[in-house]
Amino acid sequence: MELYSLTIHELLDKLRTGETSSVEITASVFGRIDAVEKDVRAYITLMRETALAEAARADLAIRKDGIGALTGIPIALKDICCTNGVRTTCGSRILQNFIPPYDATVVERLRAAGAVFTGKTNMDEFAMGSSTETSFFGATRNPWDLTRIPGGSSGGSAAAVAAGECIAALGSDTGGSIRQPAALCGVVGMKPTYGRVSRFGLVAFASSLDQIGPFTKDVEDCAILMNVIAGYDPRESTSVPEEVPDYRRFLARGIEGWTVGIPKEYFIAGIDPEVEAAVRQTIRVVEGAGAKCIEVSLPHTEYCLAVYYIVAPAEACSNLARYDGVKYGFRSEEGRDLMEMYKKTRAAGFGAEVKRRIMIGTYALSSGYYDAYYKKASQVRALIKRDFDLAFAKCDVILTPTTPTPAFRIGEKTDDPMQMYLSDIFTISTNLAGIPGISVPCGFTAAGLPVGVQFLAGHFQEGRLIQFASAYEKQAHIEKRRPTL
Amino acid sequence: MEFEPVIGLEIHAQLLTDAKIFCGCSSKFGAAPNTHTCPVCLGMPGVLPVLNRKVVEFMMKMALATHCVINRECNFARKNYFYPDLPKGYQISQYAHPPAEHGWVEVELDGGKKRIGITRIHMEEDAGKLMHDEHNPASYVDLNRTGVPLIEIVSEPDIRSAEEAAAYLRCLHEILVYLEICDGNMEEGSFRCDANVSLRQRGTEPFGIRAELKNMNSFRNVQRALEYEIKRQQYVLEGGGQVVQETRLWDDTAGVTHSMRSKEEAHDYRYFPDPDLVPVVIDNAWIEEIRKEQPELPLEKRERFMREYQIPAYDAGVLTATPATASFYEATVASFPTINPKAAKAASNWITGDLMKMLNEDKKDFTASPIPPRAIAELIQIIDDGTISGKMAKDVVEEMYKSGKPPGEIVKEKGLVQITDEGALTKTVAGILEKNPEQVAQYRAGKEKVFGFFIGQVMKATGGKANPQLINDLLKKMLAGDR
Ligand SMILES: [Zn+2]
Repeated sequence: MELYSLTIHELLDKLRTGETSSVEITASVFGRIDAVEKDVRAYITLMRETALAEAARADLAIRKDGIGALTGIPIALKDICCTNGVRTTCGSRILQNFIPPYDATVVERLRAAGAVFTGKTNMDEFAMGSSTETSFFGATRNPWDLTRIPGGSSGGSAAAVAAGECIAALGSDTGGSIRQPAALCGVVGMKPTYGRVSRFGLVAFASSLDQIGPFTKDVEDCAILMNVIAGYDPRESTSVPEEVPDYRRFLARGIEGWTVGIPKEYFIAGIDPEVEAAVRQTIRVVEGAGAKCIEVSLPHTEYCLAVYYIVAPAEACSNLARYDGVKYGFRSEEGRDLMEMYKKTRAAGFGAEVKRRIMIGTYALSSGYYDAYYKKASQVRALIKRDFDLAFAKCDVILTPTTPTPAFRIGEKTDDPMQMYLSDIFTISTNLAGIPGISVPCGFTAAGLPVGVQFLAGHFQEGRLIQFASAYEKQAHIEKRRPTL
Repeated sequence: MEFEPVIGLEIHAQLLTDAKIFCGCSSKFGAAPNTHTCPVCLGMPGVLPVLNRKVVEFMMKMALATHCVINRECNFARKNYFYPDLPKGYQISQYAHPPAEHGWVEVELDGGKKRIGITRIHMEEDAGKLMHDEHNPASYVDLNRTGVPLIEIVSEPDIRSAEEAAAYLRCLHEILVYLEICDGNMEEGSFRCDANVSLRQRGTEPFGIRAELKNMNSFRNVQRALEYEIKRQQYVLEGGGQVVQETRLWDDTAGVTHSMRSKEEAHDYRYFPDPDLVPVVIDNAWIEEIRKEQPELPLEKRERFMREYQIPAYDAGVLTATPATASFYEATVASFPTINPKAAKAASNWITGDLMKMLNEDKKDFTASPIPPRAIAELIQIIDDGTISGKMAKDVVEEMYKSGKPPGEIVKEKGLVQITDEGALTKTVAGILEKNPEQVAQYRAGKEKVFGFFIGQVMKATGGKANPQLINDLLKKMLAGDR
């Protein structure tokens, strides 16, 4: 077994016993990158030299002080997380050469835990997309089928974990951007509760929805990463000073007697039959583990997409106003005056999808339209949140498909934004309600494409999700397949 | 047709907090460009604002001083527009849910007092500054001011003349300075004023179409700009025209207002609640904490001075113009063994007269006075007990200011002690009467004006040290006595 294909907990065990070193693990990961990155294209920026130096330091630290939570483990960062001294592009031309003078809080926390950073992964431009095709740096391919998309917007992180180009990764999730690519690439992806993981240093897309979370090979690794990144940050006003439990304690506890809600609105026409079959199978698996499944209703589900496509673009059009060519990033040299500089910089600096959302958002906030759009959407959002509160009064977790279809072909939906938006139909409500969600692999289609199942819980119930997902993982015995690259 | 102006003012006051409103950078004025900055106030990707609670407390002080209702919950909103001095492309301000509303202040006018309503007070961040190079086609941005806290105070359209506007402005300025939350410097821009002006037919309800005036950076300019704008609108209306809703800039040199942008060109700011900040909750305990710290306000102090010290309204006004003057005066009065109206008035005369003049010449305020309050009290006492005359005291106070020495010491050093020895003075007076028989005859013939001549002669003979009251009495007695 190659080192790059192991999990965090397996590697920590080997590091602890001295069976291997961080330098060996890191070299193994970069060897894998050298072999498959030309096909997968998961990264925008590789950090090979600093990674090897960090690995050497980690080995020293292990000998001197013993092992920390992530000492010597190679981790990839979505290129939306600011890294001090390393360019952070957000997949956009407008930040093509932007080098932040600060680390995101999550990066600081990973650094403090001893992680080795492999590089910055590809993503849809400003996290706007579901396929990683809107990146200025080109599309990432799905390791299971290189003609298909890896999902998005954190497609680079999902593909890197699936292809063994890192041991684990961070992504960000605004409407499904962790869970959807995790499902399409056959890895575990969690979106924590809004306010659980600091957004400081996460380049903002939609501030009231954005949340950072882990991509890992299994649920135990998810718990290990959550232990490091979760927690209050005084630099973020919406960060919540809620105590962080040791998430590893929730592993292997079992789910005997749990009630699982199956929302009837999530098994709709248009869902791929193979996906539906795989998800229905998970219901039988959790029942086999002693849980009871009941039908629940989330009646405002049909409005989620509409609400999301008002709220997210409205916040985005404001968040992206700072990219004006004045202070940093790309500036068009063709402008003859201030107004022309603004227009030409933004026309050339942003891609089509970003422009589309800036225009939708600007329109939704315009004088005379605010009440009809943004205000109304905020009101419906409160109802969506209430749907979940009511449902969680009846069940411990909710189980749904993560995506309506397996990975689609590159280019298949780029000309049809509405079809593209529908690929997030099962994940968007979670962000609107602010609750945590996790996607776990639950099988393969006949063509060998991974399928994911999504578990949801109430605010700050990540421990419960980890407990449920780990019990499912154990009970299901999903075949340990690897993409052939 | 007679027109009546309807004026409302919007005041922006920069707050004297040490740090900016959403980051830890210093908010001090005058540093080298872009040195008081960090990723947060530079609007870099991914950074987030954290509210400085001192700003809320300063806002609450102003809200309490202007009788506003403080709302239990308020939130921040983004005001979106593009400009190079605004690094995020939006200003964090407050919009639909302001923290304080429905207040009022009482302003003092020639014809008495008038109450002017305060619509709302809210908090926001300041923008940076642009500097244009005159020789190169280039502009520079200084972002030191970006994120410095401001409060905006919006008045009701209760103001009816340029003079009233100036009085209201002075009133708010005085309160802000008294609360020590704003330095009130209009030239440096820490106290700024915009005005909304319209005319309506006197005695009718509906407002006319208004113009917004900007760029008035002194009290005098606010009054001049309003006077001009009122005349301009009157001219338009009397000519049968219509006032256009627009923003106009005051041109100080030309003394006119120019159109800056029309209603059609006005920005759509696309306000919406800032998702990066949580609502601010202000509970009663917090309000009470701030209320306890509130200093006495100018108007209250003025009324108390008139009541306690029995000084005239004019004196009370001058003495309470700044907190430093008022506390100097109170310290002076407190140095008297007992407070009596005569001494209190004398203290006011010395402080608002000679001392204030000397301080103004040196551009100093009362906190930097070389003469301490108790020395003024001492000076008044030695005049009162006859040690020196009021005329001598004028020289003494100048010497006190220069040297910082107490008056007693100066009097001793210069041998300035007043002659109060009646026997010696009687001799001097007799000698003078003897030498000037002609004037004595004139006086006795009823030409009383000559009396002053005798006083002058006695003063001259005694080197100004004679007690004026004593000379007066002796002269009267001796000039009359031989008749
Ligand atoms: Zn700053």
